Amino acid sequence: MNAVIKADRLTKQFGDFVAVDHISFEINPGEIFGFLGANGAGKTTAMRMLCGLSRPSSGRAEVAGFDAARYPEEIKKHIGYMSQRFSLYGDLTVAENIRFFGGVYGLGRRQIKEKSNELIARLQLQKEAGQLVRSLPLGWKQRLAFSIAILHDPKIVFLDEPTGGVDPLSRKQFWDLIYETADKGITIFVTTHYLDEAEYCDRLSIMVDGRIDVLGSPGELKAKFKVETMEDVFYLFARRAKNTE
Amino acid sequence: MIELNHISKAYKEGAVKALADITLCVNEGELFGLIGPDGSGKTSLFQLITTLRLADIGSASVNGLDVVKDYAAIRAIIGYMPGKFSLYQDLTVKENLTFFCSIFRTTIQASQGLINDIYVQLKPFEHRLAGQLSGGMKQKLALCCALIHKPKVLFLDEPTTGVDAVSRREFWEMLKRLNASGITIMVSTAYMDEAIQCKRIGLIQSGKLLSTDTPEGIINSFPDPLFAIRSEDIRKLLKDLRAYGKTKSCYASGEYLHATFLNDNPSEEVFALLQKLGHHSIEIKKSTPTVEDSFIQLMKS
Repeated sequence: MNAVIKADRLTKQFGDFVAVDHISFEINPGEIFGFLGANGAGKTTAMRMLCGLSRPSSGRAEVAGFDAARYPEEIKKHIGYMSQRFSLYGDLTVAENIRFFGGVYGLGRRQIKEKSNELIARLQLQKEAGQLVRSLPLGWKQRLAFSIAILHDPKIVFLDEPTGGVDPLSRKQFWDLIYETADKGITIFVTTHYLDEAEYCDRLSIMVDGRIDVLGSPGELKAKFKVETMEDVFYLFARRAKNTE
Repeated sequence: MIELNHISKAYKEGAVKALADITLCVNEGELFGLIGPDGSGKTSLFQLITTLRLADIGSASVNGLDVVKDYAAIRAIIGYMPGKFSLYQDLTVKENLTFFCSIFRTTIQASQGLINDIYVQLKPFEHRLAGQLSGGMKQKLALCCALIHKPKVLFLDEPTTGVDAVSRREFWEMLKRLNASGITIMVSTAYMDEAIQCKRIGLIQSGKLLSTDTPEGIINSFPDPLFAIRSEDIRKLLKDLRAYGKTKSCYASGEYLHATFLNDNPSEEVFALLQKLGHHSIEIKKSTPTVEDSFIQLMKS
């Protein structure tokens, strides 16, 4: 199996401050990869490099087969991105948001129409298709934002704290959608503050002070550090940090 | 200490119902948690009690003072930390503190005993602009400012949102110390796992209180036996259990799936079924529900 994300001693420096410090890992197609770390550990900076939004200071990253330093625009075409902060336009309807993002991702008119019908049917939004996104409950908005982020069948979708503040039932339904997507072969790269969600990942890493010291499946990590839950593993490492708040 | 009687509130001429007939009582010295997702009405409720907004219907009081008639007296005895950082970003840490001191006609020294714990951590950044503090430090400064006049009651609206698990734990330790010193605290959160830190909690969804009780009380009133189930392939397990005709509910919860069934003693039958479907390392055990399980169950009913 060929890795869809390869990071090799990937580093980002701002002046004297090393935000991301020689991180290396490989992620496989269809894998759900959890990217954990305390606030300020360097997760966002690392993710920006992998999405082609920030140039590495040194080291390499290959995403969807493209080098992050040389072909950032190619990477952007082959990935999806969703965060809690930026997702959809509240003053456009459900259908308009789908059409708009379809256009941004470069899909043709017929393709957008097909994908749009498919998406609306799958999320059972037939009645709400003409409603402003602003008026939808948060849980629906998140599922819609996720579905739109994979509208163009990307190889990888980056999810930056996708479930913050969502009610628990919607959070479970959101993970159902993640599982479904991973089963189709799309790689999921996800950050979260909910440590029970860490248990749902195939593998995960914990970032501390810009470095990745811990990487493995939840089962491996719990066995290795002889603790019961991922929360215990996280607590063990994140509290050693110097840079965090 | 805090009383709400049949409070309702709507926005946009009734089009958006924020709170529907809320009746609630928080006792003196309690650490009360208002638990619910974004948009459930938590902030509206805080704004009503802290006299920043008027209810459409119903009445409310703090320490026997009416939120409409006695709003000025209430403001003198409460501390309020809103969800959005609302200090002056272009003032330094020290200037912000001094500003709040002068408004409440007090000094940092006068409230030393109460805020000392937090103030020591802020001291090294005294001359930094509030806007340039890290998230965790901003939060500590906001808490300091909310405590500066030694309030009887402290209101905290989602103080731990977007904060990592380690800092969240530390923040709750801090709240418990404040509570132990005699301050009544009402705090809201969207994190279900924080509920157990409170003496009593109210679960809120779509402007309605689903339940008010101790965390144990809420857990004990879960109606069905709950089972924790896992196998080597948890994703397939979820599909298989949902397809099983006698499953009432099934979803992921940490490293297990949580499920309830229509029949009383499903373990053997489910085990046999999963074996037949090719699962390995099957584990089925009775489990204690969490506040999250209760919330999901109450949402559905």
